[in-house]
Amino acid sequence: MAMETKTVEELATGEAYKYGFVTDIEMERAPKGLSEDTVRFISAKKEEPDWLLEWRLRAFRMWKTMAEPTWAKVTYPPIDYQDAYYFAAPKTKEGPKSLDEVDPELLATYEKLGIPLQEQEMLAGVAVDAVFDSVSVATTYKKKLEEMGIVFCAMSEAVQKYPDLVRQYLGSVVPYSDNFFATLNSAVFSDGTFVFVPKGVRCPMELSTYFRINAAQTGQFERTLIVAEAGSYVSYLEGCTAPMRDENQLHAAVVELVTLDDAEIKYSTVQNWYPGDAEGKGGIYNFVTKRGACRGRNSKILWTQVETGSAITWKYPSCILQGEGSVGEFYSVAITNNRQQADTGTKMIHIGKGTSSRIIAKGISAGRADSTYRGLVRIQPKAEGARNYTQCDSLLIGDQCGAHTVPYIESRNPTANVEHEATTSKISEDQLFYCLQRGLSEEEAVSLIVNGFCREVLQTLPMEFAVEAQKLVGISLEGSVG
Amino acid sequence: MALLEIQDLHVEVAGKEILRGISLDVEAGKVHAIMGPNGSGKSTLSHVLAGRSGYDVTGGSVRYDGSDLLQMNADERARKGVFLAFQYPVEIPGVTTTTFLRQALNAGRRERGEPELDAMEFVKVIRRKTKELGITDDLLKRPVNVGFSGGEKKRNEILQMAILEPRLAVLDETDSGLDIDALKVVSDGINAQRSDDRGVLLITHYQRLLDYVVPDRVHVLAQGCIVKSGGKELALELEKSGYAEFLDAAAA
Ligand SMILES: Nc1ncnc2c1ncn2[C@@H]1O[C@H](COP(=O)(O)OP(=O)(O)O)[C@@H](O)[C@H]1O
Ligand SMILES: [Mg+2]
Repeated sequence: MAMETKTVEELATGEAYKYGFVTDIEMERAPKGLSEDTVRFISAKKEEPDWLLEWRLRAFRMWKTMAEPTWAKVTYPPIDYQDAYYFAAPKTKEGPKSLDEVDPELLATYEKLGIPLQEQEMLAGVAVDAVFDSVSVATTYKKKLEEMGIVFCAMSEAVQKYPDLVRQYLGSVVPYSDNFFATLNSAVFSDGTFVFVPKGVRCPMELSTYFRINAAQTGQFERTLIVAEAGSYVSYLEGCTAPMRDENQLHAAVVELVTLDDAEIKYSTVQNWYPGDAEGKGGIYNFVTKRGACRGRNSKILWTQVETGSAITWKYPSCILQGEGSVGEFYSVAITNNRQQADTGTKMIHIGKGTSSRIIAKGISAGRADSTYRGLVRIQPKAEGARNYTQCDSLLIGDQCGAHTVPYIESRNPTANVEHEATTSKISEDQLFYCLQRGLSEEEAVSLIVNGFCREVLQTLPMEFAVEAQKLVGISLEGSVG
Repeated sequence: MALLEIQDLHVEVAGKEILRGISLDVEAGKVHAIMGPNGSGKSTLSHVLAGRSGYDVTGGSVRYDGSDLLQMNADERARKGVFLAFQYPVEIPGVTTTTFLRQALNAGRRERGEPELDAMEFVKVIRRKTKELGITDDLLKRPVNVGFSGGEKKRNEILQMAILEPRLAVLDETDSGLDIDALKVVSDGINAQRSDDRGVLLITHYQRLLDYVVPDRVHVLAQGCIVKSGGKELALELEKSGYAEFLDAAAA
């Protein structure tokens, strides 16, 4: 019985965004604005090797020649990239060695967010790497993982400890020249997570990163790299929150995944960045590039995303299916309420023989929000017998919101089989009344119906997070009926 | 004071008067049957009692357990013990019947100040109820009403009633579309739930159900009016003569 829709206390109290608090902590920042000096500042702060600084600088120089993409169905005022900070970190002399050295204020913040790190060190199940603004503050469970040869640490730490691995894979899936936001990230990324699972090892616990934007006027540019060697398996989850602020904040992350022969990575996201207020003031611009390369035979990458927050979401977690028989899956729930906008989907690039992919996308729009599914399925000439199944379902709540489906299908191999199904529906008055008649409040009813609509996606989440995600579904639709 | 007191109730839908002055008392412990031809306003009455939007009450009153029922929202009525078994139960894809019912039961428990039941405790309630009713619990694992046969949907409504233990149950054509075996299961389920503190309003088009669930009173509804009330024999009378004479009476 994985799927239980809990009665949500938050609903009763009408608390719309409960992660909107600010932690008062002394911060160290790079000077405002973006220049080669900023890039050098960040790199120096991290004591990076020359090759990485060079890489960043190449990215920065390239970025200056690039234009922001405009093809997504989202609108926002121009972003002044000079009017922001690109590095902010809680002030400490050195990076924390263990939990004891982490600022108690920070630990308290994470506790408020529902991730007590200390407890998690003891409770079996989840290992958490927590990124606060730009630096990774604590990684739990490290020891146990190390014994198995699994690396799970902050990117900045990985650069120091495992430079060869990082150098081999960083930018190998999302090159620094990839797109405007990814290129910006390559120049100024501040931290993130690195995971390496060696040959034949099954990671025995969920690995999890918790991202939080705390500082004002600060962009967050984390970079995640996960490498699963032959025959290995890892499940990874990221969660995100940010304080409520009137200005918009930029989040431009890059995630790269690599699977070798028979390896599998399951990557789940529960994104609950601050969405802005009901009138569309404030909120996070979530412009993210996520891509996985199934390099090995029969390898597999599975993306699950539950996107409930952010003022604007622009992301397309993708799979490059190179290895023969490799598999890519994408399960998505995107909820937009009030003035939120989401343009999200996936790309499945079939290169190898017998590759297959599956896309299940559920879009929910309420209020005056706009939600677009944009997906590409490309079958390359050599992808003999490739298969794709895509299903896009949109659910509308009220009559002022919009839902759009933009599938691109490019098949260059006649033996390929591509199927696409799409539906659009409304929460029916009959369904609502049926729930009310059984005693559910209107908000509980909407939450239940929407959770049912998303079930196929939510049940791909690890159990602990599925419950959390279900609550979020309800909370993010508050005030959408009646 | 009766559990449910309907007085001179007038209801319009989209500007058209559908219920034209209905008066009816349902006492706790009693089963009242309402019989009437299609379009006579049976479902309208059940929806108005349950608080569905889209119906304009233009006159009269409804009191439930001493309070003004019409002042309450649909969900509040449900939590206070008003249950409607739907003529056309609604599908909720992706939501298992167990989840749905547990949430419904807990909503009522919260209202009454009782502690909520967790998944394990709820399973026990289900076991007990299915045993009492002689109904299997196979439907509970499936999404609410999705892909259920007509008979399964009606059976599920009765099971929901058993778990929610309402004080007033309005059963809207729970017998329609059932074959004789299914009818038997459903009526046994209803009979098992007759009790001294529960009132039942049994709405039906056919006399057949009343062979199995024997009512205390029978009312004939025609064109939005109760044209005749009587004991259980009235149902048999109707069976022989049909609704025609009542339609004439209502039109007069
Ligand atoms: N939403 C509606 N709009 C207009 N007329 C309606 C609506 N619902 C019911 N009616 C009319 O009200 C009358 C009674 O319907 P109903 O209560 O469903 O009858 P019954 O359940 O006895 O068959 C019918 O004439 C029907 O057409
Ligand atoms: Mg009817």
